[in-house]
Amino acid sequence: MTLTPVVPTIRSRPVYAPLEPRPGRLHLMVADGEGADAVTDMLAKANNRSEILASAHVIYAPGPNGTDRSDRLKALGVAQFFRAPTIPALLPRLIRVLADAHMGTQFYLAGTEGLIGQAEREIMATGFPVGAIQKEHRGSTVRRVQCVHCKGITENVATDPFKCSHCGLNLFVRDHYSRRIAAFQGVNIDAEDPGQVPEPVVRFT
Amino acid sequence: MSLDFKPGAFNDFFRDETFREDFTYRNSPQNIRRFPFPFDRDDYMYSVNMEPHVPGRKGTAFEHILDVDEHYVAEMIDRAKVLADDPLRCQSLPHMTLAGWDLLELIMEAKARDYPHWFSLTKDGKRWHWVNRPLGIDHTFTFLDESTLPYGPFEYITRQTQGDFSLQDERDGTLWMDAGMVTSQADWSLDFDVGMNFHEWHAPVPLAHEKGVFDRALKFLMKLQHGSPVRRFNWTMTVNPLLDTAPETYPIWGPTKTTLTPENLGDKQHLRVELQSLYRLPRSNAIAFDIRCYLASFNEIVTVPKWARRLHRVVRDLPEELATYKGFIRNRPAMVEWLAKHDDGAPTSPGWWPDD
Repeated sequence: MTLTPVVPTIRSRPVYAPLEPRPGRLHLMVADGEGADAVTDMLAKANNRSEILASAHVIYAPGPNGTDRSDRLKALGVAQFFRAPTIPALLPRLIRVLADAHMGTQFYLAGTEGLIGQAEREIMATGFPVGAIQKEHRGSTVRRVQCVHCKGITENVATDPFKCSHCGLNLFVRDHYSRRIAAFQGVNIDAEDPGQVPEPVVRFT
Repeated sequence: MSLDFKPGAFNDFFRDETFREDFTYRNSPQNIRRFPFPFDRDDYMYSVNMEPHVPGRKGTAFEHILDVDEHYVAEMIDRAKVLADDPLRCQSLPHMTLAGWDLLELIMEAKARDYPHWFSLTKDGKRWHWVNRPLGIDHTFTFLDESTLPYGPFEYITRQTQGDFSLQDERDGTLWMDAGMVTSQADWSLDFDVGMNFHEWHAPVPLAHEKGVFDRALKFLMKLQHGSPVRRFNWTMTVNPLLDTAPETYPIWGPTKTTLTPENLGDKQHLRVELQSLYRLPRSNAIAFDIRCYLASFNEIVTVPKWARRLHRVVRDLPEELATYKGFIRNRPAMVEWLAKHDDGAPTSPGWWPDD
């Protein structure tokens, strides 16, 4: 399992690169699901592996497809490890850690785009430069989508179109992506022809 | 404290009209002649069509850098209604407050200078006195002190100015849309796009990235100097004189695209023109982007023979991808058929002005 390929579409659609070990005072690794593999692969490349592990804090949640590699991450022997059951349960821990994070912190985000986007949003809110944040997409490609009409966010969207979990409109999933909302955009597909909704196709797995 | 309009100011000049429900919006015959028709030739393709934003011909939409026309009061009432329904249409990230003051100063000075019968600004040090007669506003406030205005400076002044506005912060070699007042947009969401950089918010536009249009435009804008604003045209189509074609309300207005018939097309189908102007702001170094929307029905446009011929040819020959992106592919055949009857085949003169 390697980096999930992203078909380049439009310029707001995020792209990702493999995580690389970088020098830093604190190594904050936030991952979900198969993102655990990106963390272990990155550490395998490091020639100062024990140094990184001694100043690493790993925050992890199982992926939307159930993948749970907490044991493997815990066994790495990092200074601090936290397993959350879900992404919403993971974020308060991240926010608390960020409150103490100083310049020189390296951020490694890995896993689904939902996890990466929400963690990135919290980090950016503290004023850290985007350049200090590495991101590697691994595992599930399901999307976090904001309904542009009701503003509700539906997690783990697999099909296109899909029904908004808040207002029930049939939404087409665009590649337009907002870092501030950490979501792709969903737009009503049958406004001009009510009821004429194409058969949903599984585009994200 | 709030911004209470007392728009008793509908008179011989300002029209009492609506951009929703009964759609009573119309252009007077003299206003049609000053419509900023966007096509200077018989075909259309994207370009970085920037020119200096300098005062232009008398009696046109270019006479002053901020055009106040007969729709001013009605547009401001419509904006207030949009904001009451959805306050997310106006947002300003915290670091953009100074840019908001910059814009407030630019607008107040321009309006007081160019329309002294309607607007006045007097300054006693930081104590400023602003009078907006068409909207019945008379305020004294302290410049750079937010607590003396009923809204932040950006929202305060854009609630009194025709056109959507966004404010761009410059950093990391690009521009970031970090504030906006967007209630008369051509189907883009401020709430979704605020915080994006130049290439990101333009991402959904087809063809133009490949042609390098946005790379060139960004390079150009980064060199924009205070005191030397620039402008360009953009355009699209809208059924009914609907100012607020936001994606947020698309399920409400989208279905009206299916209501065109050969009989009502001339009255209902509107050409929507954006006169976009850009200003570098002096204190914040931000860029203000003014997207002024003008609407004219096909019936109104064809009263100018040159525009009737040319609009037919532009709509007929536009690449399919652009007609789709601009949202009128469904109605294009009907529009072309209707417009063809107003095209006598004669050549058109260069430039966008009506032939006298």
